[in-house]
Amino acid sequence: MADEMLRLEGVRKTFGGAEVLHGIDLTVRRGEVVAILGPSGSGKTTLLRCANFLERADAGVLELGGERYDLARATKREMAAVRRRTAFVFQNYNLFRNRTVLGNVTEGLVVARKMPKAQAEDIARRCLARVGMADRADAYPAQLSGGQQQRVAIARAMATDPEIIYFDEPTSALDPELTVEVLGSMRQLAEDGMTMLVVTHEMSFAKNVADRVVFMEDGAVVASAPAHEFFDHPANDRVRTFLNTIADR
Amino acid sequence: MSDRVAEILLDSFSKILIPGLTATIPLALISFAIALVIAIAVALVQYAKVPVLTQIARFYIWIVRGTPLLVQLYVVFYGLPDFGIVLDPFPTAIIVFSINTGAYSAETIRGALESVPAGQLEAGYCVGMSYMQIMRRILLPQALRAAFPPLSNELIALVKDTSLAANITVLEMLMATQQIVSRTYEALPLYLEVAAIYLLFSTVLTWLQGIGEKRLASFGMERG
Repeated sequence: MADEMLRLEGVRKTFGGAEVLHGIDLTVRRGEVVAILGPSGSGKTTLLRCANFLERADAGVLELGGERYDLARATKREMAAVRRRTAFVFQNYNLFRNRTVLGNVTEGLVVARKMPKAQAEDIARRCLARVGMADRADAYPAQLSGGQQQRVAIARAMATDPEIIYFDEPTSALDPELTVEVLGSMRQLAEDGMTMLVVTHEMSFAKNVADRVVFMEDGAVVASAPAHEFFDHPANDRVRTFLNTIADR
Repeated sequence: MSDRVAEILLDSFSKILIPGLTATIPLALISFAIALVIAIAVALVQYAKVPVLTQIARFYIWIVRGTPLLVQLYVVFYGLPDFGIVLDPFPTAIIVFSINTGAYSAETIRGALESVPAGQLEAGYCVGMSYMQIMRRILLPQALRAAFPPLSNELIALVKDTSLAANITVLEMLMATQQIVSRTYEALPLYLEVAAIYLLFSTVLTWLQGIGEKRLASFGMERG
């Protein structure tokens, strides 16, 4: 399909003899926001990490913008190529602790993409402005709140103009108020047409921002549906049980 | 204190201090600089788990940490001539101190590298950087910052350990003191005097360490 941005096929991963991903298939279209929901330990984060080679899958294929990569056997060069075309936002931000806010955003441009510093800083300042962090450009990560750090991480992800951004539970480490500001930045990114694959526990985000919801359990995709349909007409009992549990909280 | 002792102390002060400035300090600083290069290389090899080189690194650390520094000095200075390798005392001391401090500092730096969260490396990969770029620009600077206090310790220890070089005829502070003692027989005041000069050197280094730590703290990173 022409508008396919990302396709994962048959992703398998075993940790210490236990298979945590049983051959996952997943597709994300260009400009689509896909939320991956599911209970803890269902393999959501592992899937995301395999898609960016942070974990080495035992089997599976990644197709990114029409180019195919073997997840189990990709070379260093191929892994670097995939990573330059994607971006990753971590649960605990992982900002470079020895770089300022500005330096965090320019690092990937200047070092990995050999962009002139002035041009990189221009882009960085624009991205920081979009997440409301332009005035803290000279601060170090340790001087920022969790929410601020995560917004900088989002700016860092945007700056490299990726074809898709992976989000790994981006708000799980945050207080409710701080969650709101991060989700705001993500919503804006979605409205700008960014392709996003988001592992999350935020039902409101999945419901209101995501185009499609993928539900995972025990290393398998149990349901995949447009967001409104997923919530309004649960595909099966397992999804219904999950939604009820969430609703009871 | 008798006038005679006071006079000896006064007279000997510059005779001890000058070898301190021309031998003890250069010996310590040059050795420490070389030791740091060795230590970073040995730490990186182990951190990256490079096969064979890691085993060589562990062997090196095992030997150096498991044998006395004085014995190492003797082996190189009195032992190597049997193989036709004859070195002057000062270069011998530099080589042995570098290798010795390099082994200890390698463990310090390796520990500091391993204390940098794995997420820093992952974040570097995800913005497209190579392992070497991440190591040089992200991991190593953070590790060296964490290693700064223990490395300062090692430098101060090295300044005092240079006194062992007197045993292989390097004319440093302790040797200079011993020569004066053998002439004047005033052991206690003179050894206390040289001790005070070592203390002075260590105090200056401790003070410099404080300044260095303040500088590094201005990166706004949490201490620890």
